[in-house]
Amino acid sequence: MNQPSFSRCLLAVALAGGLGLGSLANAKDTIKIGVAGPMTGGYAAFGEQFWRGASQAAEDINAAGGIDGKQIELVKGDDACEPKQATAVANRLLDQDKVAAVVGHFCSSSTIPASEVYADAGVLMITPGSTNPQVTERGLPTVFRMCGRDDQQGPLAADFIVNELKAKKIAVVHDKDTYGQGIADAMRARLKELNADDRVVLYEGLTRGEKDFNALVTKIKAAGADTVYFGGLYNEAGPLLRQLREQGLKVNFLSGDGSLDPAIVTTAGGPQFVEGAYMTSVREARNIASSQEVVKKMKAAGFDPAGFTLYAYAALEAIAASMNGAKTGDGMKLAEWLKSHTVPTVLGPKTWDAKGDLNETSFSLFVWGPDGNYTEMQK
Amino acid sequence: MPPLLSLLVGRAVKFCVGRVGASARNLPILLDFSGGGLRYANSPCPSESAELNGSTSLWGRVAAFSYHSPGNLIRMDWHILAQQLVNGLTLGSIYGLIAIGYTMVYGIVGMINFAHGDVYMVSAYLTAICLAVLFSFGIDSLPFALLATLATTMLITAAYGWTIERVAYRPLRSAPRLAPLISAIGMSLVLQNGVQLSQGAKTQGVPSLIPATLRFGEGNDFVQITLVQLMIIVVSLTSMAALTWLIQRTSLGRQCRATQQDRRMAAILGINTDRIISTVFVIGAAMAAIAGVLVTLNYGSFDFYIGFVTGIKAFTAAVLGGIGSLPGAMLGGLILGLSEALFSGMVNTDYKDVFAFSLLVLVLIFRPTGLLGKPEVEKV
Repeated sequence: MNQPSFSRCLLAVALAGGLGLGSLANAKDTIKIGVAGPMTGGYAAFGEQFWRGASQAAEDINAAGGIDGKQIELVKGDDACEPKQATAVANRLLDQDKVAAVVGHFCSSSTIPASEVYADAGVLMITPGSTNPQVTERGLPTVFRMCGRDDQQGPLAADFIVNELKAKKIAVVHDKDTYGQGIADAMRARLKELNADDRVVLYEGLTRGEKDFNALVTKIKAAGADTVYFGGLYNEAGPLLRQLREQGLKVNFLSGDGSLDPAIVTTAGGPQFVEGAYMTSVREARNIASSQEVVKKMKAAGFDPAGFTLYAYAALEAIAASMNGAKTGDGMKLAEWLKSHTVPTVLGPKTWDAKGDLNETSFSLFVWGPDGNYTEMQK
Repeated sequence: MPPLLSLLVGRAVKFCVGRVGASARNLPILLDFSGGGLRYANSPCPSESAELNGSTSLWGRVAAFSYHSPGNLIRMDWHILAQQLVNGLTLGSIYGLIAIGYTMVYGIVGMINFAHGDVYMVSAYLTAICLAVLFSFGIDSLPFALLATLATTMLITAAYGWTIERVAYRPLRSAPRLAPLISAIGMSLVLQNGVQLSQGAKTQGVPSLIPATLRFGEGNDFVQITLVQLMIIVVSLTSMAALTWLIQRTSLGRQCRATQQDRRMAAILGINTDRIISTVFVIGAAMAAIAGVLVTLNYGSFDFYIGFVTGIKAFTAAVLGGIGSLPGAMLGGLILGLSEALFSGMVNTDYKDVFAFSLLVLVLIFRPTGLLGKPEVEKV
């Protein structure tokens, strides 16, 4: 983004004063980039991953000279995973903080309304974690993803259920949210393609924020399901898993990336309830060769870059690369640049299609072990 | 009601009731809500329930029924039905325990304490903190740890109840009715955000401590109740009975009832009404604390927002049973819990709240004061 000439004056004054590129002048000559997600609320763990990842990226990019000589300054935006708050935060980032681009948001139900605000202002937005197809399906040119889509994630689970688990009766549960129901529907669509939709014995939504799913669990038992697929987040997946096990159901349990978080061990009440659950998620970024240096650095600083941390890191890298490449702050031009170039990131080289989706499938299956840790399953 | 029900779920709801003591050849009774009534089926129940008709156990024949979900038949055996009753009773007992706080406060000062759900939320946090502290001191006797936690949590939560009344409601005692209501909503926000700031927004939890489960039945056909669920039901009913005794039989109870009937007259007769009102808040908060401890043991996880969801349900239970009535709170809680579990189990989980609140609307149409509520008497 072009800074007003005032800051250039300041710089000149500073130079004239013999201060050189002193910290005062430097602080004025920055590029502001928003990092938006659930920084508070029930999903704050994901927000922290965004913030930590983007902060590390900003630090590394700044150390390497910044964007076109300007330093990156991050601005935190908290949507608490509430659609209403998401638009308010988006407006605040644009009007008050005057950000040049945004890394965010997390919950698809927040990302979709917020992206409309950014698109109206022509500001580039890259979400490191929103996987709902609608994020990029609305023809907004400045909206990008650093992750896969639910219509890739759901089918992966469906293939596994049909080909590997050979499930006979499948119960599909979702949390009635854009993300949760979206991923469950995508899973079911793939089941239809595999001619296995008649194996779905139950398709129901639970209510987010509740803890008692015993009635639903008993119903799953009555339906005789051998596999349960849950579209939703760990806050509900934990109690659901626990109540399934407590009622003695030895069913296979599958869920998506919203449940794949160490916090599910807490919400379930112990690793014994989570053991053996399968979850699809974006590929474990900490295992990729190109990310090892950053992982080591962040672990040394006392933060394990789990989940979406490195995706947020990569999103900021892509923003910086496009600004360096296109030599502009104009969102439309940055978007054009990203769609026509390969960007080297911490997750390896990335390219995007015309919609702003990555040209790859980045999902993988994970399984929970008895110690409350998950491992990526080898294909 | 039946057409309404099918309208509500948007598809046919059919119950197939097997006949008691009849041979497997007999035709079953079909409750077909889509057609709007009860009729004899002209063909036997669909295959799986026909198999149930031939089942050997008496209960299997009495309670066996099944219903259609799209394209599939889900068996509704006796053990499934009984399990749903257990689920509903547990949930209902929790609602009932929390509803007591709403109903007592309404009974005595005629206001709705919207912060009550959040008092319950605070008690869930206190439970986890107490347990963590006790275990860190190396106390490994579980019964002792639980009793100590219960006592401490009740004490601190009661202090919360007292403070809330003192800070947010007593200064507004003679203000118009709307003022304490707004004050209550404010108090609720203060508690929610206070806990969020001090404890963090992440869902917290305690590990499963009491895995004991009672199972009845054989093989896969069993009904189970965990020890914690049993505790929830027993403790709720006991607390209810103890409170009813307290209100009906003791001197404190008489003072409460006097304050409820006519606060000014009670004051003239020498009752310290402010103290009585404080006591009611303390008792209500202590009940919420019991619920908080039990729920934390049962579900294991909680966050700063659970007070809202559960509070709304408990408030509904209090209104359903007749706000101001103690047995009404328990009855309302149980009806709400059971209707949620049964509707969820037999029809659809998505619409269980719609069903529960429709029930509330219906009850209020025919009995505006709730099931056990006394008609409002105009005070002269």
